[in-house]
Amino acid sequence: MVVSYNNYQQAKFLSSSNGISGYFFENFAGIFQVFDLKKANTELAEENAQLRTALQHYQLRSTNNSRQSYLSERNPLITMTRDSLNKIVYFFTTARVINNSVNQRHNFLTLNKGRIQGLKTNMGVVSAGRVVGLVTDVGDNYCTVISILNERWKLSAKIKRNDFFGSLSWNGKDYRKVQLNEIPYHVPVQNGDTIVTTGFSSSFPEGLEIGIVTEYTIGSGSNFYKIDVNLAVDFRSIVQVALVENRQLKEINNLESLNNNVK
Amino acid sequence: MLNNLLKYSLIFIVAVLLQVLVLNRILIFRMISPYFYLIFLLLLPYDTPKALLILLGFILGLSIDAFTNTLGVHTAVCVLIGFVRPMILNEISTRETRESVSAPRISTMSLNWFISYTATFVAIHHLLLFMLEAFTFQGFFFTLARAILSGVLSIALIVISQFLFFRR
Repeated sequence: MVVSYNNYQQAKFLSSSNGISGYFFENFAGIFQVFDLKKANTELAEENAQLRTALQHYQLRSTNNSRQSYLSERNPLITMTRDSLNKIVYFFTTARVINNSVNQRHNFLTLNKGRIQGLKTNMGVVSAGRVVGLVTDVGDNYCTVISILNERWKLSAKIKRNDFFGSLSWNGKDYRKVQLNEIPYHVPVQNGDTIVTTGFSSSFPEGLEIGIVTEYTIGSGSNFYKIDVNLAVDFRSIVQVALVENRQLKEINNLESLNNNVK
Repeated sequence: MLNNLLKYSLIFIVAVLLQVLVLNRILIFRMISPYFYLIFLLLLPYDTPKALLILLGFILGLSIDAFTNTLGVHTAVCVLIGFVRPMILNEISTRETRESVSAPRISTMSLNWFISYTATFVAIHHLLLFMLEAFTFQGFFFTLARAILSGVLSIALIVISQFLFFRR
């Protein structure tokens, strides 16, 4: 228990990113993923189409000599990647899922890329532009990803419509639903509201889709809503994922640690 | 002796790979997932030394943990199973059977005996495993239901595998 609560110890101990289990998973993953290929193809095609649309807007904009990056509502993947100096902040790379579980309280994924391919811990993992998890442990050729379906991981998320943010976590019950907490009563919430990432975690660009509100109740004796969010990603059929690297993560962390010293 | 070593190594490898590559993907009604790998500890011969049982439990649990990123949970439970196996076997079988038969099998014992034998260990294993995994009393009855229903499936799988692979 200690080991999986603690990143450092987990990295030092056995995990599914080690060579042996990675080998088995990689060679075996193909058999089951054949069934999901059709769906994966459709998703990739849809994402491609979206990206093309966004790219067109973007090219149009840059030919108009505008230095301001175009903030499209439709695709945060492209638009949120530039800072005010017009420097690219978020870099994307892809990987294949070779192991994944939804049947535990603490689920992880294993991907077929590792340190040699340039992965680092704290990179965000997305599938078709939707949040999947965070890289926690990197081996030579494989890496372990903590899934959103893991009780120990909390993610900051907001309601897209009005930007109120809370913390997103999983209660370990239904693999299709996660819970959004810490949204106070006065905030208008509706079924069907889209929940997206905030930029706070610095592992994900702002505005990546997480899911859609399906149910919200007012907990007795509490000041916050209990919101059920239907995940946009079907965790039982993830084949291909993209990894997000924030090139400014180090700078952000350095700045934030300065703050801690003041306290 | 060498024959036995080979046989049980094979059972070990098949049980672990079957568990981590196939059975871990099973999730019925969003709550039932079987843990079949326990069969390795159940099938070991009667005369396995106590220390070896505990050691094998440790290795088995550690292998499963390495694949599922749950380092410690399966190990703890399997070590306990290895520890209590001789005591429970003493309770539920007679000295004569233990001396005349080498290992617990359906072919040598009765079906009823084997089911209750499996059920005892699966019950201990699953209850402890799901409790340790949750590590909270919040949603206690949900965890309990998961453990019991998964347990029923595990027992069924283990007993069926006996008919398929260990028939004499």
